[in-house]
Formats: sequence, C-alpha cells, structure tokens
Amino acid sequence: MSVLVVVECDKGEVKKSSLEVASYGAQVAQMLGTTATAVAVGEASEANLATLGEQGITKVLFDAEPRLKDFVNGAYTKLIAAATEQEQAKVIVLANSNIGAAVGSRLAIRLKASLATNVVELPKANGSSFTVKRGAFSGKAFADVVLSGERKIIAVKKNSIEALHNAGQTAQVQAFSASLSDADFADAPKQVVMQDQAGGILLPEADKVVSGGRGMKGPENWHLIEDLAKALGAATACSKPVSDVDWRPHHEHVGQTGITVSPNLYIACGISGAIQHLAGVNSSKVIVVINKDPEAPFFKAADYGIVGDVFDVLPKLTQAVKELG
Amino acid sequence: MKFLVCISNVPDTTTKITFTPDNKEFNKAGVQFVINPWDEYALTRAIELKEAQGSGTVTVLNVGEADTEPNIRKALAIGADDAIRVNAAPKDAYFVAQQIAHYAKEGGYDVILMGKESIDYNGFQVHGMVGELLGIPTVAPAMKLDMNGNTATLEREIEGGKEIVEVNAPFVASCQQPMCEPRIPNMRGIMTARTKPLKVVDAVGEGAATEVAEYQLPPKKQGVKLIPAEQAGELIKLLRNEAKVI
Repeated sequence: MSVLVVVECDKGEVKKSSLEVASYGAQVAQMLGTTATAVAVGEASEANLATLGEQGITKVLFDAEPRLKDFVNGAYTKLIAAATEQEQAKVIVLANSNIGAAVGSRLAIRLKASLATNVVELPKANGSSFTVKRGAFSGKAFADVVLSGERKIIAVKKNSIEALHNAGQTAQVQAFSASLSDADFADAPKQVVMQDQAGGILLPEADKVVSGGRGMKGPENWHLIEDLAKALGAATACSKPVSDVDWRPHHEHVGQTGITVSPNLYIACGISGAIQHLAGVNSSKVIVVINKDPEAPFFKAADYGIVGDVFDVLPKLTQAVKELG
Repeated sequence: MKFLVCISNVPDTTTKITFTPDNKEFNKAGVQFVINPWDEYALTRAIELKEAQGSGTVTVLNVGEADTEPNIRKALAIGADDAIRVNAAPKDAYFVAQQIAHYAKEGGYDVILMGKESIDYNGFQVHGMVGELLGIPTVAPAMKLDMNGNTATLEREIEGGKEIVEVNAPFVASCQQPMCEPRIPNMRGIMTARTKPLKVVDAVGEGAATEVAEYQLPPKKQGVKLIPAEQAGELIKLLRNEAKVI
C-alpha cells in the first residue's frame, strides 16, 4: 500500500501545481504510515524528477514513451492505472487541472475509486472514515466529502497547499512501462498550440494576478495592466465582459464560467465585482480592488482598496513596485 | 447523427448560497434554477451540428426530480427534439454518470455532449466517467467541435494552450466557450416545446461513491483597508510588509 502522486511536467520542469500535489501526497502517506511514489506525465527530465525528494517523494516512475509528452487522455489513464496496480496504491493524488480532472474521472471508474476534485485541504482520516474538504458552488462554499471507496482519488486545487522544500532530499527515478499500444493514443493531439503568455507566466499557475475590467475602457490601455504585472512577476487576467467583446482572449477570463484562480495576490482594476466574477477569484489570499466608484461591490470582498482612476493609480503602483527593487 | 446533450439544473449564477439547518443540503427555498451555463454550449453546438448535417436528432437528458422539467422544456424550446428525465436526485458524479451511460447505450447515441462542469457541485467528473463506462474517448474540456462525417475535430484546452484532437464517434466531449454563442428560446420554439416528447425513466445502477458530510460558507472578510489614491504607492508597501505577498 502506498500513495501515488501524478506529477505533470512541461519542458522538463515539474509544474508548480504538481510540486504542491507531491507535497500533499507525501503528507497523506505520512498520515497513513506509508511512502509516496510519483508517476510522471508530460515532457519530463530525469534529473528534475529526482528533485521531487524535496517534496517528500521516495520514488518516481517514469515511462520514456515519447508520445506521452503531450496530453493523451487514454494513454495517461492507462499509465496511471498500471502504476496504481504496481504500487498497490490506495490513495491517488493529482492536480485539479484540465489534465487531472480528465484523467481522474476515467480512473475513478477503472479503479472503482471514490473521487473528489477541487480539494483544498489535507484529508481527515479517522479509523476507516476519510474526509476531504473541497470547493463547491463556484467558490461560494466548501463541502466536506466522505470518500467511502477502498481506493480514493484526490484532485488538489492549485495554490491550496504549500509545497514542501526539504533541501538535499532526492527521489529515486525508476524506468516504468505501461505497455501502451496505438489504441491508447486514439485521442493523441494532431497539433499542440501554446499561447503566447505575457512574461511567460501561465494564469492558472500564477501566484500573483493583475486583472482588468470594462473600466480599462479599451484594449489599447492594457499596457497599464501589463506593466504592473511585469513589475510584480504576475499573470494578466480579465473579466467576462472584456473577453466577450474580444478586448482580451477568452483564456484570460476569470469568473464563474471562465477559469477559477486562487493566487496569493489578485489585483482587480476597473472591475465592479459582479457575483459571477467574485466566484472565480474569492479564494485568492489577498484581493486588491482599484475602482473609481466607491460603491463598487468588489470593495466588500477586498482586503485593500483604492478609490481612484485606474489610469492615474496603475502607473503609480508600477513605479512603487520598481522602487522596491 | 444522434446527439445526446446532458444538462444539469443549477441555481442561477447570482444566487446567494445558503444551506439547510443541518448543513447537509443546499437550501433551494426561493432560488431560481437555470440550465447549467456550461451545458448551454453543448446544447447549442449539438443543434448547430444537426442543422449543418441536415438530419439527425438532439436529445437532452437530465438526472433530476420533477422540478427540473421547466428547464428541460427550455432546452426543447432552444431546439432539442426530445428529452429524457431520469427520475432521481443527482446524488454525485458517479451516480449521474451511470444514468447517462446506461441511457446513452440504450439509445445508441453517436455524440454525447455536456458542459465542462456544473456550477453548483463543480465536479468536472461526469464526462470522463461516462466515457470510461462506455469505453469510448472523452475530450475535455473542448473549446471547439466540428464534425466531418463520423470524425470530429476538437480543440481541447490544456493549461497554457490547446491540443487539436481528432476522434471518431461515438465519443464524449465536455464543452466550454468559445465553442458557440448559446441560443435563447424564441416564441415559436416555446410553443413547439410543449408538445415535444419528454420521457421519464427510472434510475439504474449502483448508488453514489461519495457523500457530502457538511457544507460550509467561506469565512467572512475582515473588511477593506482603503488607501487614498494620491498615496497609491503606500499600497505596495503594505502588500510587502503587512500582507507579505510581494
């Protein structure tokens, strides 16, 4: 019996969300008196996989099949199922990402497991009962969910768990083969198109986000958002009305029907704070709102606020960040 | 081509969320329910593809008790041809997936579409479970879907980009924007929806794999600390020294 952790890699690096997932898995393993094994998916490098020891992982399984570099639902599911059987894993931990949810839901059926997605805390295990806390109602509530199956799959929400860093610990990387056949690659991509991200920071992975709404008055003013984001090392985002009128691409739309983010810092510029937008951001640790309307509902959900014109305030903030050094 | 579109009945996006006194269930009192906004992409796209093909059917399926029928009728008014309601409260994703898989198999559907997730439970699970139960591919979440004969070309969103994927029917896809512009019912649609077939069937399969022990609301915010606009730079100092986030 062990805990199996699925780590997503990109260009040889383990994704930040997967460092959190690994740390989560290692802590669950400790609770259950066992060890945590990782299985790598995506474009992985053996040297970087070994550093998962810092997150408490003992062993990493790595299948060098080149077609696993891109996301393939069928093949990833089979690979993780095979690793689960080999390790006799009772708990499987993955990221609550597009990949994690797509694979986790298939695995739940294949492994006859109870699945919880969007999990925000370590589980409470008490005798045979096993409970996790997950986000529900688009960030407006939490649910404690009992996973009664003998096997449990947990998809951990990004930025909910602090990644461990035990310097110097290394994990043992082992070759692993799930004997994948062509049939497992039925949904392999014909083409992969990556977005051109401002400053190279992916919104779903970002721990700081600067976001703009209709108050920015037009796409030509977005350099004010981008300048502050660049100075802070933040990703950029927008509200639904902004992506609806194509000022910004849809993948930057944060909200109930866009993506949900939970960064350490969310700065909302010229966004009134409709309840649907709040649903996408209200698990952010610190929310800053800049709006010239003191009655904007977003101020009620904010930690810090500036009542003022974004065109005047944003350059001042960018300047202040640069002066911090 | 036979399309099956799975819709879920969810609280309107502006709903203030509260729970029953034992915190075990969502408090439905006074709440307006709508078709899950993500499912609207699946429904409209299925109708568009049927229209483009010039033949075929779009069936909507909902797992819910009788109070979901107004939204099923709304889906029929938007343009679905007929509907199936599995007469049971949707206990969890596994329970719902079993119903969809069973009735999808029974009806011999080619394409099974649904929204990325429901905005109430936010499971993002049913699509993969249905695909696995039926042994067919799942593409999730899909931003674009085109059909050419039996072959579908989809754009699957991945973190930081997209994959162009081709699969043959039958398959499952979970849908999200910018797949299409969701349609709203017109008067003619509303009139014809009244007489379109809505079949009520019994739930099948095993029970749920998970159970909600308790719902909680997030802790209240302390209240906003306002910084005068002319001293905007002070905010950055507070974020570093007080909030410690930069």
